[in-house]
Amino acid sequence: MPEINLTVNHEVGLHARPASMFVQTAAKFSSDIEVTHGEKTANAKSILAVLTLGVHKGAKIHIKAAGDDEDEALQALEELVLSNFGEG
Amino acid sequence: MKEISGIPASYGIAIGPAFVFGYAELDIETVAIEDPEAEWQRFEKARDSSRRQLDEAYRVTKEDCGEEAAEIFNAQKMMLDDPELIGTVKNRINGELINVESALYETAEAFARQLEAIEDEYLSARAVDIRDVSSRCLRNLLGLYDAPAAGLDKPSIIVAQDLTPSDTVLLNKDFVLGFCTAEGGSTSHTAILARGLGIPAVVGAGDQVQQIDQDDILVVDGDAGEVIINPDKESLQNFRTRQAHFLEVQAEAESISHKPAVTTDGHRVEVVANIGSEKGIEPALEAGAEGVGLLRSEFLYLERDSLPTEEEQYQKYKAIADAFGDKPVILRTLDIGGDKDIPYIDLPPEANPFLGVRAIRLCLERPDIFKPQLRAALRAGYGNNLKLMFPMVGTVEDVVRTRRVLEECRGELKEEGYEVADMMEIGIMIEIPSAAIVADKLAEEVDFFSIGTNDLSQYTMAADRTNAKVAPLASGFQPAVFRLIKTVIDAAHEKEKWVGLCGEMAGEMLAIPILLGLGLDEFSMNPPAIPFAKRLIRSISLEQAQKVAEHVLNLDSDQEIREYIQDAVPEVNLG
Repeated sequence: MPEINLTVNHEVGLHARPASMFVQTAAKFSSDIEVTHGEKTANAKSILAVLTLGVHKGAKIHIKAAGDDEDEALQALEELVLSNFGEG
Repeated sequence: MKEISGIPASYGIAIGPAFVFGYAELDIETVAIEDPEAEWQRFEKARDSSRRQLDEAYRVTKEDCGEEAAEIFNAQKMMLDDPELIGTVKNRINGELINVESALYETAEAFARQLEAIEDEYLSARAVDIRDVSSRCLRNLLGLYDAPAAGLDKPSIIVAQDLTPSDTVLLNKDFVLGFCTAEGGSTSHTAILARGLGIPAVVGAGDQVQQIDQDDILVVDGDAGEVIINPDKESLQNFRTRQAHFLEVQAEAESISHKPAVTTDGHRVEVVANIGSEKGIEPALEAGAEGVGLLRSEFLYLERDSLPTEEEQYQKYKAIADAFGDKPVILRTLDIGGDKDIPYIDLPPEANPFLGVRAIRLCLERPDIFKPQLRAALRAGYGNNLKLMFPMVGTVEDVVRTRRVLEECRGELKEEGYEVADMMEIGIMIEIPSAAIVADKLAEEVDFFSIGTNDLSQYTMAADRTNAKVAPLASGFQPAVFRLIKTVIDAAHEKEKWVGLCGEMAGEMLAIPILLGLGLDEFSMNPPAIPFAKRLIRSISLEQAQKVAEHVLNLDSDQEIREYIQDAVPEVNLG
């Protein structure tokens, strides 16, 4: 099961538009995807669960995927976070 | 006739019939079911209807208020299709054999509480969203979806527990005269909407709002934060006169808002804005601000997990200072500690936070926090009119130590080859009585003072301003506080330094003539008050203000001062 560690550098953290984009990206894949921040873990396809993680700017997150398209899923999420959610 | 009071959220006086915005209270009962599949189908159908309604709400809001405001309905749509929410509801229907209403209500409530538990303003607003969308779906399930706003067919005052974005999107804005809500504060959705529409609002009036019945005649006094239910003929007449007067004053204030604040005998003062981030730039400039008298820097430190970098701060400060061009922008360094906590700074708890390691005291202890901010400010101030101001200074030694750190930063920056603001003006907040008392000494050390009346009042009067029982003591309308303000202004003028005031008092019409008379040079306030303050200053003379101020110094209470001013300077009455 592949895993990655990322730092969220967006101004608003994993909230508002970045949170929506993150969840929408995860939802494109059939694999189960989990995102962990501190001691909390959430279903990456659930906006409510992702919001309750309380990921602010500068926070480190850990993402795990399991399923047919697990590598593609992680790659897509990594690109999204590294591109600062499309804002360069 | 009854009177209820709440928080004044938007200026003006509205008179009209009440439109009680009541969804009948949703009464969700848990019912045992036999056919989970049928129950699931009901849920799917209700979600379909909800989705269509949210699309419509998005479209209408986008037309009325733009994309950003409409985005909330897309976010709610995502919540409606959230796999964790849907999955939990499905499991409960199948596992516990209960009706979908009860499964949905409890699941959504659980998510809302989790979001609220994090104590973050943004997430609390999302808790409102999940409740809003779940209640929409429940109404669709129960066949209750007759949009309550549809009954609004004449100009009325909207009365509600609180209003969600879903509620207000459907209101015919032409029929909304004012708002009165039981919940919410001055930054709640209702308050922001009311100010946007330029109509009066009283929010947070509590349970007393339930005394209002459909079509009761109401007066909403958005200046005083009061709502009168079924006023008698005499007071109704009274309010009508005040309302007409307010509309005149408002029109007059708006027409002169971009002119200078000059008294009838030619004395000019500055009227500037308090802002909390770059979002305040536009409203401040539109309101006629001649600069920024208080840029709070806390916005850069909140809602995140680590300290902002020097570069990040530099970008933000520069963008704000540049937006005001030649006009002054006063950056206040970090005012945190005590009751205002930032989790990642890891402050030890204190028995008496208001008297503990706050603001400059904390910054002087923590160069890792302070120096990046000072460096960022020195760099950002190159080529514009950025000034620096330090909060919670109590002694001359505080200033000497602060200046030492500042000069250290300046030297380092120059060595590293940065362009820095060499002539940047340095000021301090006067909010501790000790600073006011030794203002003559402090004036030798700095370029300007800005009086913070909120803290100066509570420290002078030994009265916690969040404690309603002693609120009149902490209001600032106290002879002792005005005498201290006089001491500060006189001491500064003696050394040819200028004095501003950036507490709530600067934007209070009743206080303006007194402060003007005491010789205040700069008034810094929330942008909506700016046109009204300028109008007031332009309608009185310095000579009159000086007489008034002298008289106030010898009065004995908050009440006496207010009554005297209303009488002596009728121009302070907006309505």
